[in-house]
Amino acid sequence: MVLVKESVAARALKTKLSVENVSMTFRRDGKSMPVFENINLEVADGEFVCLLGPSGCGKTTLLNVMAGFLSPTSGSIQVDGEVVSGPDPRRIYVFQERGVFPWLTVEGNIGFGLFKLPPTEREMRIAHYVRMVGLQGFEKVYPQELSGGMKQRVEVARALAVNPDMLFLDEPFGALDSITRLVMRGELLRIWEAERKTIIFVTHDIDEAVQLADRVVVMSARPGTIQQIVNIDIPHPRDISSAHYLELRDGIFQQIGLAHKI
Amino acid sequence: MNLRVRLRPLLFIAVLLVIWEIAARRQSAHLLPGPWGVVGGIADLVRHGLLLKYVVASLFRVTWGFLLAAVLAIPLGLTIGWYRRAEMAFNPIIQILRPISPLAWIPIAILWFGVGDLSAVFLIFIGSFFPLLLTAINAAESVPAVYVNAGRNFGLSPGRLVYQILYPAVIPQLIVGLRITLGVAWLVVVAAEMIAVNSGLGFLIVDARNAGNRYDLVVAGMVIIGVIGLLLDIGMRSLERAKSFRWGYSED
Repeated sequence: MVLVKESVAARALKTKLSVENVSMTFRRDGKSMPVFENINLEVADGEFVCLLGPSGCGKTTLLNVMAGFLSPTSGSIQVDGEVVSGPDPRRIYVFQERGVFPWLTVEGNIGFGLFKLPPTEREMRIAHYVRMVGLQGFEKVYPQELSGGMKQRVEVARALAVNPDMLFLDEPFGALDSITRLVMRGELLRIWEAERKTIIFVTHDIDEAVQLADRVVVMSARPGTIQQIVNIDIPHPRDISSAHYLELRDGIFQQIGLAHKI
Repeated sequence: MNLRVRLRPLLFIAVLLVIWEIAARRQSAHLLPGPWGVVGGIADLVRHGLLLKYVVASLFRVTWGFLLAAVLAIPLGLTIGWYRRAEMAFNPIIQILRPISPLAWIPIAILWFGVGDLSAVFLIFIGSFFPLLLTAINAAESVPAVYVNAGRNFGLSPGRLVYQILYPAVIPQLIVGLRITLGVAWLVVVAAEMIAVNSGLGFLIVDARNAGNRYDLVVAGMVIIGVIGLLLDIGMRSLERAKSFRWGYSED
């Protein structure tokens, strides 16, 4: 227990990602629409951060900016002290299951980013990640024959196979049924604990955020701002019926303006 | 059961042929030769060595016109669709040229290339070029952004992006476009051969009428055109069944 705390503290010393005064404004029909404003955030190396907010609060756009797909209107994003100017294979974005290439088999998808490796090493890596996400026997299958959860695992495996230091996950389990979703959360935590990637995870599901993250960044409705950052100081595996868990979760519910009663 | 379902269209055709034969025999004005007469016409063509010669002549023109159009229109269309600015520049001229029937080009084809194969090939080229160009533009434009972003994320160079994302993503749509356009090309060749050349199935039809009202040969030519058109379509359709393309057709 003490050890865990120390390692978290040690990691927290090194900043992986820093977001400085970032704002984004879209122009549509001559009108400017602010998406989010003045976002400041520091993420430590190996940290698991959830961006939580109602739909339309700009959290996906913020994730796209962090990944380098979009340039912010003002402010800057830095990773390891370098300004982000575009997407980079060291930082992989996982697009729900929509990003799986339908023209490639499971193998082909997982090995997609490994084109620079010699063939034998490539095959070994593919086999390793096929096993990690439990898709043995499906190597030669095309995505259309897979379930949503399996496609999602293909995409996560494809991202991990290039051994990135960061993962950007955009509501990765949003389209899955609730049972598969729980299984996938467990898988993701297992992978994160084994490989210690820095993970930025976008979700609108409060429970999901509190179950997974070291810190939950709560965003307001559009134009999005950071309302609060909640530290989830519960070690994994988390007891989701413990008093402290419920306290943290209800705190976020209140922050978002939802009394936790229906 | 399956066999019976498969035989049903053949049975239907047989019934139609019988009705056609009876109707043809009962009328005295010779408005249409009967199927038996048409079979005689086809046999006549085979005996004179014309059937093979005309079929080959027509297929030759379609092949060249169609391939030439595909080789030029597909890369051009993909480039235009891939770069938004190019599309804005090219779109007006494409929209003006596109609705002009390839048949309207016949006088110009004859002026430029004379009466002969080249004119017919040119007309088929014109008839195939615009549909293929539009198909390629649309296909490139409709590549989902997530595929392109994923490709960029994994550090693909622009060349690799074209080869590993654009190309596989557009193939299913291109195959449909090629199949439909080959059908168009087959329509155009008949018309082109009626005017611009002295051989081929289109020529057979006008020639049979002009040189002695051989309507059995006219209908024989029509039947052969239909059968070859069907075979071309079946051939193109078999491409759609390739495993790595099938994802593009299963949605609808």
